[in-house]
Amino acid sequence: MDAPVTTPQQRSADTARVDLLLIAEMIAPGSRVLDIGCGDGALLRILADKHGVDGRGIELSQAGVNQCVAQGLSVIQGDADTDLVYYPDMAFDYAILSRTIQATRNPRHVLEQLLRIGRRVVVSFPNFGHWRVRLQLLLGGQMPHTDTLPEHWYSTPNIHLCTIKDFLALCDDMGAHVEKAVALNANGTKLVSMPLSTQNLFGEQAVFLLSR
Amino acid sequence: MNENPGAESFAELKRREQITNPQSEVVHFPASEGLPLDSGAVLAPFSVAYQTYGTLNADKSNLILVCHALTGDQYVASTHPVTGKPGWWETMVGPGKPIDTDRYFVVCPNVIGGCMGSTGPSSLNPATGRAYGPDFPVITLRDMVRAQARLLDYLGVDQVLSVIGGSMGGMQVLEWAASYKDRVFSAIPIACAARHSSQNIAFHEVGRQAVMADPDWCGGLYLEEGKNPRKGLAVARMAAHITYLSDRALHTKFGRNLQDREEVTFGFDADFQVESYLRHQGMSFVDRFDANSYLYITRAMDYFDIAADHGGVLANAFAGTKTRFCLISFTSDWLFPTEESREVVHALNAVAANVSFVEIDSNKGHDAFLLHEPELFDTVRGFLGAAARQRGLAGAGGGA
Repeated sequence: MDAPVTTPQQRSADTARVDLLLIAEMIAPGSRVLDIGCGDGALLRILADKHGVDGRGIELSQAGVNQCVAQGLSVIQGDADTDLVYYPDMAFDYAILSRTIQATRNPRHVLEQLLRIGRRVVVSFPNFGHWRVRLQLLLGGQMPHTDTLPEHWYSTPNIHLCTIKDFLALCDDMGAHVEKAVALNANGTKLVSMPLSTQNLFGEQAVFLLSR
Repeated sequence: MNENPGAESFAELKRREQITNPQSEVVHFPASEGLPLDSGAVLAPFSVAYQTYGTLNADKSNLILVCHALTGDQYVASTHPVTGKPGWWETMVGPGKPIDTDRYFVVCPNVIGGCMGSTGPSSLNPATGRAYGPDFPVITLRDMVRAQARLLDYLGVDQVLSVIGGSMGGMQVLEWAASYKDRVFSAIPIACAARHSSQNIAFHEVGRQAVMADPDWCGGLYLEEGKNPRKGLAVARMAAHITYLSDRALHTKFGRNLQDREEVTFGFDADFQVESYLRHQGMSFVDRFDANSYLYITRAMDYFDIAADHGGVLANAFAGTKTRFCLISFTSDWLFPTEESREVVHALNAVAANVSFVEIDSNKGHDAFLLHEPELFDTVRGFLGAAARQRGLAGAGGGA
């Protein structure tokens, strides 16, 4: 049901992506936000319409950027791996990376930069620990295809997939404080009051709110 | 004066008329209100000729300032008084256009140093009673912008909704944003850079040398001598014109096609269509432009380096800015390549400015900003619409 990150076409196909709504809930009204990998600007539009947020975006695809700017959104063409270094420390109340971290070349470096430029950081990603993923690899013996990971291994931009546990371990290693962690199942329902290993098994995607 | 009337076409006479008596509106600043220049000189008195389109709203919040390029002028959306051709940006400015004159009040001034009614080297020097010629002080883009600020003072407008321009116009936009932060609500620099590159200075120098090598330039005193360095200026334009296009655009348009002939003539006539095209570009340019203005304005561009004016750090120029920026570049522009715009974007990021940046895929080279580029129009329309909303202008002045 949900499209993956990376192409604006895919993102525009589903303007009401659940993780975006969940992210929007985490953003305090009137705050200053940088959305990295903003696609066609779906999240920026939600934030501007509902939360009166001063939103900026970075998007890799030029088509996505042009589409955003033509709608009046403040977006530049740029690469999460290389272009975050140009921003000053704590320039934003929130730095958001929605379903993009798994497509970066150096996720740890990107996360470091996010924690530097944002007072809070929101990261969402597809959970590679989901039972469907595990099952396909275990029983089918092939790279998994799911709603959140629909592409073939040879054409996917997702080069650094991780599980919820993996991501928590990285946060721990980097000394990032996890303020909130929400796993969503395939229906977009929040998995609440479940142990971590259960969330890691049934969460199709996860949204983290981090700070330093 | 006219000892050599053969050197003057009818168009040229019409052009000279525009220097002293332009068809557009002019504001004259008396000697007591001279313009201090970066060089230390003071231009006094001075005039700014300008065109306006649309209506200024009651709270004076809908003004969009259009800055023209090197050889442009104030006739952005009206018939040129010398050439009779349509305005140079009629695709962009007009009723219902991206810069919608039903909604915005558009002002386009001729730069100082120009030759369409703002004070320039062919204007009368009050000290001598003759044209300034080579005695005109060297000006900078900051001087041009300073003169425009005086025009806004005269119009009683504190802050523009937006300032927009391409090429040298875009450089002026950046200068506006750096020099008058509080007066610029939003800025759209197109196909430009925060400094003139070595290569660009080199091309300009070729052009200037071509003008000055023409004996009819007369050390800059050609007006007094009743002459005009037509050949030199035409060659300068031919060389410059190549830099406004792309290899691909030239090849697509002309290839190696021959001009009105079946085979090459083994001579130096314009065998190739591209040669004929360039010669035409050169000659028609001379009809509408002044040679000394060309020297002075190219010099102003060469001196342009915003970072150098701010301790060598471009970001310093924009520190604390509240302006919303939208930079636009074109993939095939090798005169002002995308990288130069990106440097400005990075400087703006460094001060956490509100910036959009669009690179448009086009094979038309630098001139793309003047041509039919739907993505350019969508970008400008969308960005201006958002700026107008932010400024509380939505729905005002006949807009939707």
